Amino acid sequence: MELYIRPDYEVVRNTDKCIACRVCERQCANGVHEYDPATGKMRADDSKCVNCHRCVSLCPTHALKIVKTDDTYRENANWGVQTINEVYRQANTGGVLLSSMGNPKPYPVFWDKLLLNASQVTNPPIDPLREPMETQLWLGKRTAKIERDEKGRLKDTLPPQLKLSVPILFSAMSYGSISYNAHESLARAAEELGIYYNTGEGGLHRDFYRYGKNTIVQVASGRFGVHKEYLEAAAAIEIKMGQGAKPGIGGHLPGAKISEDVSETRMIPQGVDAISPAPHHDIYSIEDLKQLVDSLKEATEHKKPIIVKIAAVHNAAAIASGIARSGADIIAIDGYRGGTGAAPTRIRDNVGIPIEMALAQIDERLRSEGIRDEVSIVVGGSIRSSADVVKAIALGADACYIGTAALLALGCHLCRSCHTGKCNWGIATQQPDLVKRLNPNYGYKRLVNLVTAWKHEIEEIMGGMGINSLEALRGNRLMLRGIGLTDTELRLLGVRYAGESL
Amino acid sequence: MLQREGEFRNPSGCAVTGVIDRSGKKMTGESMIEAISVMHDRSNGLGGGFAGYGIYPHYKDFYAFHLFYETTKAQEETEAFLKRHFEIVYSSEIQTRKLPSVKNEPGIFRYFLAPLPRKLANSHLDEREYVARCVIRINAEMKDAYVFSSGKNMGIFKGVGYPEDIGRFYRLEEYEGYAWTCHGRYPTNTPGWWGGAHPFGLLDLSVVHNGEISSYDANRRYMEMFGYRCTLQTDTEVITYIVDYLLRKKGLTLQEIAHVIAASFWSTIANKEESAREQETLLRRMFPSLLITGPFSIILGYEGGLMALGDRLKLRSMVCAEKGDKAYISSEESAIRKIEPSLDRIFAPAGGEPVIYELYGRRD
Repeated sequence: MELYIRPDYEVVRNTDKCIACRVCERQCANGVHEYDPATGKMRADDSKCVNCHRCVSLCPTHALKIVKTDDTYRENANWGVQTINEVYRQANTGGVLLSSMGNPKPYPVFWDKLLLNASQVTNPPIDPLREPMETQLWLGKRTAKIERDEKGRLKDTLPPQLKLSVPILFSAMSYGSISYNAHESLARAAEELGIYYNTGEGGLHRDFYRYGKNTIVQVASGRFGVHKEYLEAAAAIEIKMGQGAKPGIGGHLPGAKISEDVSETRMIPQGVDAISPAPHHDIYSIEDLKQLVDSLKEATEHKKPIIVKIAAVHNAAAIASGIARSGADIIAIDGYRGGTGAAPTRIRDNVGIPIEMALAQIDERLRSEGIRDEVSIVVGGSIRSSADVVKAIALGADACYIGTAALLALGCHLCRSCHTGKCNWGIATQQPDLVKRLNPNYGYKRLVNLVTAWKHEIEEIMGGMGINSLEALRGNRLMLRGIGLTDTELRLLGVRYAGESL
Repeated sequence: MLQREGEFRNPSGCAVTGVIDRSGKKMTGESMIEAISVMHDRSNGLGGGFAGYGIYPHYKDFYAFHLFYETTKAQEETEAFLKRHFEIVYSSEIQTRKLPSVKNEPGIFRYFLAPLPRKLANSHLDEREYVARCVIRINAEMKDAYVFSSGKNMGIFKGVGYPEDIGRFYRLEEYEGYAWTCHGRYPTNTPGWWGGAHPFGLLDLSVVHNGEISSYDANRRYMEMFGYRCTLQTDTEVITYIVDYLLRKKGLTLQEIAHVIAASFWSTIANKEESAREQETLLRRMFPSLLITGPFSIILGYEGGLMALGDRLKLRSMVCAEKGDKAYISSEESAIRKIEPSLDRIFAPAGGEPVIYELYGRRD
């Protein structure tokens, strides 16, 4: 017996406005809209709607809206509608619940409980329209030995570093989970902005080798698409140990998304689910990680920084300390609100810790051990605005990964249905008719706009604090104050309460 | 209860000035007192101090420690610590002159010290590092005791009051040195005790500073990785540690240090000739966390020289001048004119441009 589950959202059509042009029908890959020749009117099947807003956005007469249903079960503070429906769904199918994008639960967002400082009287704010304001930075080890040549000039003994014009990188999203056009948009935007995008675990499409100097390639547990040329094409290599949306488990790309092109890029069979294992089977401990770091360095002649990405988990500080001693150049930490193309719902919503806490603790731990210069720290999951970036850097990050924000710029409406492969916005899909909806000429420009806007805002905020270089903001926790936080939270974040003087 | 400096950040405005006779000829502290008194309005009576170089010729091979004690217990404990680590060659209370305008002075003592050879050898540290660690330990761990001067053949004299009064209090007209620096302070909070006054010193380095740096916590948290402990929470303290670290431990030159802490903008560096571009880029990439932003103008005193340096936007005033062998640095020209009305040369250095005056032949 299959129990009917009432859809969460309803499609509301204003029949006075609707001209039955059938745009909505053509735009909906989920088949929600249908033309009824008998009545000459449009019909909608709410049960298929994922609330991606494609039809709402494209309706020429603005006749559509999607509303939350007011149908309700008997109200219960313990058994919410979603909780009940999930039980029904599992009883119907016997399956693990799947979800996409980041944890939507109402956990505290610590970024929103941190306030920034500004200069008044005792030192001047700096006007970024009139004075230089530096958002440029370098990522990597800063453990240089002071050595001089015969003329007494300093020798360049620095390990390889990545140069960024702004403290923002596009985080790992694989070709397969997202489309060719989405990848092209990210790659071109990274090149124009002087930053980096990340291939994720899906390999690098041949067409995109030309963006290599702005590309971070990933080596994940499935080793999809990893070969010598791939490593050599990149500016840096990221070992993916974990992901904030699904710490402790591997990746899952449904067979439906594995097109011919994706299969070739990943070096796996077409149409068959690609499942990367939970651990790297050559890394069961920290000393094994060191060997992979060293192998990748040897394979690329020590010319590229190695990033190790971990999910923010309870013991993140100690793990980061181990990674800092493994030879890695950069640690990427992904918080529990980080996005994903597909994850078991229970894992996404219940595993891991907030990125703010992980970052604060990792930065402090590395400093107390005197090894903060061994690695740069990049944080993601989830960075939603320029203010989040500034706060992350003041807490101790070197730069931020953005994934969800980048997808939003490309048109994503956070319907959280990436795993179905039917993204109406042409982002998380491999269906050619859908992919072509995302025009990379516009997509890349929107990404450039977003990061440029954030850069201006970062400059404005920094100027207000009297800081004219990002380097002087990093770890500058006196610029932060907490609000609505407990003593424990303040202690873990290493910040004072709002109103507490300098 | 009133908090003491060190328990809070105390933004301050200030006056700084310095003089050096590059031929090594000695002058008393009198001229500095005269110069700083012109800039009276830049201080508010909550801090003044001086550093004199070449003032202890008879004890020039020994570290001269100046200490504040708030209690006799602190003195007993500290002296026991000093005895465990040093041979005390000579010690005495520092002679002062009672003035109605200088109040609440702590016990002020001076020690000439040599590290105990066996203790030094067992520490596997070089002598200066050994001494520096002892200073940092006393200041971080001994309650009510504070080492405010620890170099050879130099001394810092400071307290709560207007700088000209502090100078007379310490009878600086009786000391002779080839270089002097001076500081008048305008803190926004009362420092609560004398340790918060400036100059701040470590070994023979001394720093007087005018400004409030916006990079403070980034700089402090970075420096504390290397065993420094910023117990006073002042800009001057962390700047002194940064210079000590880069100069003594990393072996950078003063010019290179200027390119780290008051680095040129990337856009400026891009337009420099290749060699400078390469070196300055390298320095910024090596020590990004030691860039100092926000307003500052500092005079750095060290054995044999003075360096003036302002922040890269030049948010604080600073002039330099020369007359014969003498060179002057000051927040305001008036202070220099007061003690030397006719100058050979006077100029305002650009932001981030270090001006270095040293004894003739120091580098030969």
